Amino acid sequence: MPVLWLVIAILALSAIGYVMGRSRALSSAGGDTRALHSLPSYYGANVGLTILAPAFGVLIVWLLVQPFFIDRSIASQLPDRAVSADTTMDLVMSDVRRVAEGLDVAVSEGAMTAQEARSIRTEFTDVRQRLGEVGVALGSNVSAEVLSAAQRYRSMSRIGNLLMAMAVLGAAIAGFGISLSRTHSEFRARNVVEAGVRLILIGAACIAILTTLGIILSLVFNTIEFFRLYPARDFFFSLTWSPSFGGGSELGIIPLLWGTLYISFIALAVAVPIGLFAAIYLSEYASPRVRSFAKPLLEILAGIPTIVYGLFALLTVGPLLVSVFGDEGVGWMQSGTAVMTAGLVMGVMLIPFVSSLSDDIINAVPQSLRDGSYALGATQSETIRQVILPAALPGIVGAILLAASRAIGETMIVVLGAGAAARLSMNPFDAMTTVTAKIVSQLTGDADFASPEVLVAFALGMTLFIITLGLNVIALAIVRKYREQYE
Amino acid sequence: MYDLPQTDSHVIHEDLKVRARDVQVYYGATHAIKDVSVDIADKTVTAFIGPSGCGKSTFLRCINRMNDTIDVARIEGDILLDGEDIYDPAVDPVQLRARVGMVFQKPNPFPKSIYDNVAYGPKIHGMAKTKSDLDDIVERALRRGAIWEEVKDRLLEPGTGLSGGQQQRLCIARAVATEPEVLLMDEPCSALDPIATAQVEELIDELRQNYSVVIVTHSMQQAARVSQKTAFFHLGNLVEYGDTGQIFTNPQDPRTESYITGRIG
Repeated sequence: MPVLWLVIAILALSAIGYVMGRSRALSSAGGDTRALHSLPSYYGANVGLTILAPAFGVLIVWLLVQPFFIDRSIASQLPDRAVSADTTMDLVMSDVRRVAEGLDVAVSEGAMTAQEARSIRTEFTDVRQRLGEVGVALGSNVSAEVLSAAQRYRSMSRIGNLLMAMAVLGAAIAGFGISLSRTHSEFRARNVVEAGVRLILIGAACIAILTTLGIILSLVFNTIEFFRLYPARDFFFSLTWSPSFGGGSELGIIPLLWGTLYISFIALAVAVPIGLFAAIYLSEYASPRVRSFAKPLLEILAGIPTIVYGLFALLTVGPLLVSVFGDEGVGWMQSGTAVMTAGLVMGVMLIPFVSSLSDDIINAVPQSLRDGSYALGATQSETIRQVILPAALPGIVGAILLAASRAIGETMIVVLGAGAAARLSMNPFDAMTTVTAKIVSQLTGDADFASPEVLVAFALGMTLFIITLGLNVIALAIVRKYREQYE
Repeated sequence: MYDLPQTDSHVIHEDLKVRARDVQVYYGATHAIKDVSVDIADKTVTAFIGPSGCGKSTFLRCINRMNDTIDVARIEGDILLDGEDIYDPAVDPVQLRARVGMVFQKPNPFPKSIYDNVAYGPKIHGMAKTKSDLDDIVERALRRGAIWEEVKDRLLEPGTGLSGGQQQRLCIARAVATEPEVLLMDEPCSALDPIATAQVEELIDELRQNYSVVIVTHSMQQAARVSQKTAFFHLGNLVEYGDTGQIFTNPQDPRTESYITGRIG
């Protein structure tokens, strides 16, 4: 793995740089630390960082750009006849990459010499069979154009990797030389290192933000593609959801949205009171001993994978509800999968979110407010209701909206607990489904990525994203409003 | 009115409000208050002075049972309010605190409007039948807290938006709104500037007309200015208790003298 070796080499170089920078700074001050502008470790860190940062920067940019560049140049060299009518450029290029990878595997396993991999021809060798022997399965026979493109791809990659190693090491060594030559007792290493640390932190923040942007963009483009194939009016206002891959599907979001909101509502109706009361008990009434084991126990709930909750809904809660509300009981419920089943179980899942966050927030209310209230002759519950909860309200609202976002985005419990029928009904004992569950079902299975039935998943995801974004904005607005009032 | 035998010779023969006998307070293994006996008179300002950590605040918090909220605190001995043992199991600390109000070191207005801060106590004790009753109580309390003129036009703004001195006077108004019989003040001026301190001290002097006021203070000048009785605490003991003038001019105990003259503390 050449990249791994490259990384190790950079790290080793920067470690050496640290030691050398430190000792050079010390010797330039005649061994007297107080004659230096900064602590010796700052001089070391300056050299180490000047080696690391540019080298890794070059490495990352190169790794991102090289595949693009090679793809573009190979694709432009491919003759037109390689791309026949029933296929696309993308598919041919993925064939090329697959063959190139196969040749790499074959060479590394010793089934083929490097010389052979460069020179084999489809006319003389059954490439598909040779690669099959080393475990690389190809979908079809390899055409001559694809094979030669793959060989070109390999040689370009090899040259690219070589150039990359040279560029990265060059950047590292240049950084080494420049920073070491600047190291003397007058040099303000501390300021440079502080600025460098700031840059690294800015970089981390930028990556987080850019990733979010990237996710949004990928949703946006596919959503636009979907609305080109399917009228937006039908998507938003049609009351029917009946996709059929044969064509003539009706893709109305309203039944799905209704299911999502209904289930989330039930979940929050369960989680908010229970979670909030649990938090109040834990923070205000429980003795430290009770608190020390009850809080972790409650938080274990948050660690259970949602698929386990789904099983719980399917195997325990559903049948239990049917035995009470089903045909043998009240007669409202047809089967175990229902909005109520999923909502109750999801509510249980959300309890630790609400309680743990609210508990922290209630604990953060200053003791002086409690003392002030008790000193006026208020009881504990009066103090909680009239002083502590109002003071903690912004945080609690935030916790609840966070739980709401979780509820809206939850998938597994819905798939197992609520059924798959997209239905508009007021009865909470009917089976319904949610946006997330339908995104899964539209994207799984063999489907053409150009059909509206698949692309609708992105439009659904985008809608969901906008809803949760709106929730967060509302949450922020509420929090800000109350903060103005209470601080 | 006081049917308990008054055996101690140094009991002050005025209207007694609070009578403490042999009070011990333990915080876990620490013996914070040792054998404190003190008689606090009605319509008098009593100052507790002493170096930091001497137990004066702890003792103050015994008088309205605020130490109950601390798990590790344990109290022995008798504290009588109007001849009634406040640590009797039959006594509800909530009702006791309605009779014995408290103002804290740091102003702690609730995150509510100025009006609601003051109306909080009267509301929970059901003191007002109508809205106009409550308005009257709030206005009277704010006037007694010497803050009415400053806040009368913004009663619905948050109490936390006031300045430090205003907040403390708001807290005093909040405490007097429930018409307590005894008002405990735990270093009420320590977070205030000299002007606000002067306002609060003036206020304490006025409150003496109606209440028994007990004030813990680090400032001996303040004790001398506002109090009629002074108690000097040292290392958990009540060293000396008597008329303020006598304590400051002619202390009986050498420890009191060295604290007042600035040699200990």
